[in-house]
Amino acid sequence: MCDQTFVAITFGPCDSCSQNKPLMNIYLQNEPVNYCSLCVELMACQGLAKGETVSTLRAESENLKAKLEEERAKLHDVELHQVAEKVETLGQFVIKTRRTLKGHGNKVLCMDWCRDKRRMVSSSQVIMRSAAVCVLQEHAVTMPCTWVMACAYAPSGCVIACGGLDNKCSVYPLSLDKNENLAAKKKSVAMHTNYLSACSFTNSDMQLLTSSGDGTCALWDVESGQLLQSFHGHSADVLSLDLAPSETGNTFVSGGCDKKANVWDMRSGQNIQSFETHESDINSVKYYPSGDAFATGSDDATCRLYDLRADREVAIYSKESIIFGASSVDFSLSGRLLFAGYNDYNINVWDVLKGTRVAILFGHENRVSTVRVSPDGTAFCSGSWDNTLDFNPV
Amino acid sequence: MERVIVSMQDPDMGMKMRNQRLLITVIPHAMTGRDIVDWLIQKYTITEEEALHIGNFLVKYGYIYPLKEPRNLCLKQDETPYRFQTPYYWTSTRWPASELDYAIYLAKKNIRKQGELIEYEKECYNALHKRINHTWDFVVMQAREQLRASKQRRKADRIVLECQEQAYWLINRPPPGVMDILEQGPDRRNVSDVMLYMWCLPLKNKLCMFVWVCSFVKYCEQYQDHDPIMQGCLPSNPWITDDIMYWNMNSETVTMPTKLRVERWSFSFMELLNDPLGRKELLTYLEKEFSAENLCFWQACEEVRHGEASKIAAKVDEVYKQFLAPGASRWVNIDSKTMEKTLEGIKHPHRFVLDDAQMHIYFLMKKDSYPRYLKSELYKNLLAKAIVPQETKKSVFPFMRRQRHSSPSPALVTQTAEDNGKAKPSAAKANAGTASQI
Repeated sequence: MCDQTFVAITFGPCDSCSQNKPLMNIYLQNEPVNYCSLCVELMACQGLAKGETVSTLRAESENLKAKLEEERAKLHDVELHQVAEKVETLGQFVIKTRRTLKGHGNKVLCMDWCRDKRRMVSSSQVIMRSAAVCVLQEHAVTMPCTWVMACAYAPSGCVIACGGLDNKCSVYPLSLDKNENLAAKKKSVAMHTNYLSACSFTNSDMQLLTSSGDGTCALWDVESGQLLQSFHGHSADVLSLDLAPSETGNTFVSGGCDKKANVWDMRSGQNIQSFETHESDINSVKYYPSGDAFATGSDDATCRLYDLRADREVAIYSKESIIFGASSVDFSLSGRLLFAGYNDYNINVWDVLKGTRVAILFGHENRVSTVRVSPDGTAFCSGSWDNTLDFNPV
Repeated sequence: MERVIVSMQDPDMGMKMRNQRLLITVIPHAMTGRDIVDWLIQKYTITEEEALHIGNFLVKYGYIYPLKEPRNLCLKQDETPYRFQTPYYWTSTRWPASELDYAIYLAKKNIRKQGELIEYEKECYNALHKRINHTWDFVVMQAREQLRASKQRRKADRIVLECQEQAYWLINRPPPGVMDILEQGPDRRNVSDVMLYMWCLPLKNKLCMFVWVCSFVKYCEQYQDHDPIMQGCLPSNPWITDDIMYWNMNSETVTMPTKLRVERWSFSFMELLNDPLGRKELLTYLEKEFSAENLCFWQACEEVRHGEASKIAAKVDEVYKQFLAPGASRWVNIDSKTMEKTLEGIKHPHRFVLDDAQMHIYFLMKKDSYPRYLKSELYKNLLAKAIVPQETKKSVFPFMRRQRHSSPSPALVTQTAEDNGKAKPSAAKANAGTASQI
């Protein structure tokens, strides 16, 4: 287990405006400086105004990128699957669908498990439901927008957040009274300028992390609806995010249409690391259970594993016969298996260490939009555009 | 997908094609469904099921079309003949399939053979007629011209062209009830012009890859026994047997935990802290060591970090009074530098003001108390007494379905705390209509 190695001054007096604010570390003429985010924006715009055109900035960033790649290449000496050769091969898996929920009248777009391991919330084009799965008790809430692309369960299990094309993330408290109109208690927390692609509660019910089609991620205080921190750095829609299960609990990763996966520090709003090896939009990102790596699924039909400490991609999961993009990925509890749902209606199960495919599941009649493993690892649920949710243990 | 198609048409390694008889005329360059599947299996070393699946997609997306039953867009693994669609009509070229084109196509069909249009096509035809009435003359004229030109071609070519066009329109204007294969979901904006981002070359550990890569293998091996999908779980996986013993035995408030659970606490300090039972055990141990205030301080700091923004000042104040003030009842031992910085910061309290102190205490516990706890009698006794559950067999009589009870909702738990236990967990039978079970 390695400790967090990135230490940066994250709160204090800004070097330019001298106010106490969360700071960003940036390099100006190769000197590290600490500016608050407002001053950074101002400076960036001024920089442009002074004659630095977008193309010169672009050239500079290309240079830096090349340098970074050089540094990374020097440290590359072995591949994951070589080390994993000594690990015993997994036998063939027999995975069967145990339960299917057909209650949605529309495409299932997203789902999330509750920490009690039995409940989940799922969202579709209109309705959002929470269901205990041994008994099919459900609440249904009609959302005012057409595509509800993100939903999340709070750690306490009492609250649900969801959002989509309405550019907002709304929070609903759950109650036992089925007749009560849940929509009446809704509270709008996040406001973006484009659709909401993913949302997640941090370790408590009080803070919500969202990512949006406007290219930013943001951290909100649920109680007041206030924006606590915003994260700029993607140059296109951000499609997915995941919180790190680390000891300090301060980072998260996001993936977007600009083919980049960025790791952020929640306190300072700074982009700590960035990975750009995919050839197309990154649809889904998920941390490895130990928090030292994360996997991504993309429209280029591959899934890749990136190591945070080595700062590079360590494995690619792809096969020539897979020609459709991966829409959603998740790890099993031990991190040995990677479940990936694809747009060709299948779910492929990969052996993370060896890089080979272990099983393929044909259960759905339309795209698989979301795959999630339950918190205790006993089963995984897949939601699809064929309006069903399948639960599969082994 | 084009990659697959192009390699299929490769003269050397590609598909074997031959002439097929269709009614009276002979169609060149056709292939059978069986051949397609076999070729896919061979080229990509996949199973038959998967090859059929991919082949189906090729047909559904319009890269290959069937000759015999043109309306039925699926791959049949037999002697049904298929042909490659010309690249002009490929889905990826994304010609906007405009209404005008569709109107011309339908008009042609109508003229060629009265009554050939089927129901939905007739509807579309009439709707289009109303909508683009102003250009209707143009449409009819175009249709006539195209028909005349095609009459001058050989019959085989004519059939081929007709089939191609029909396949194209089947994809772009699917009949009602058939899934629209081209649906993509909400539009995504792609890369914007202005790319303003700060590149920060991060501090990197210069250790080589080997170390990191080995850590994955180690992690997987360590957790393998705890992964229900890999090893199965005792007594049984609740999703398979409907038996919720597993969840009951591992719930937060159980008196005697399972052996696997107690073992897991020894993997890392975080595992111990994340498990509420583990945390309780640690507290008991620390109380014996007279260092319980460390854990309490850590917990209080967590609450400040993750709590409501409005209550931060009050909470920080409380923490100060209880843990940091000189002479406090539960004073925590932090080094002077951190203490100074924290006290300074408390004057302007914000969410992260206690972070440094919290980190310090966390690592103190991790490096000192945690290893000692693992070696202590308390932990060893618990490990020895911990339960290894019996595996329950699947019930012999399959028609004896267990009553499925709903678990108490977490919302209920908090409500009961407020209402003093007025609500009861409801138990309802499973709704056979909506659940399927293998």
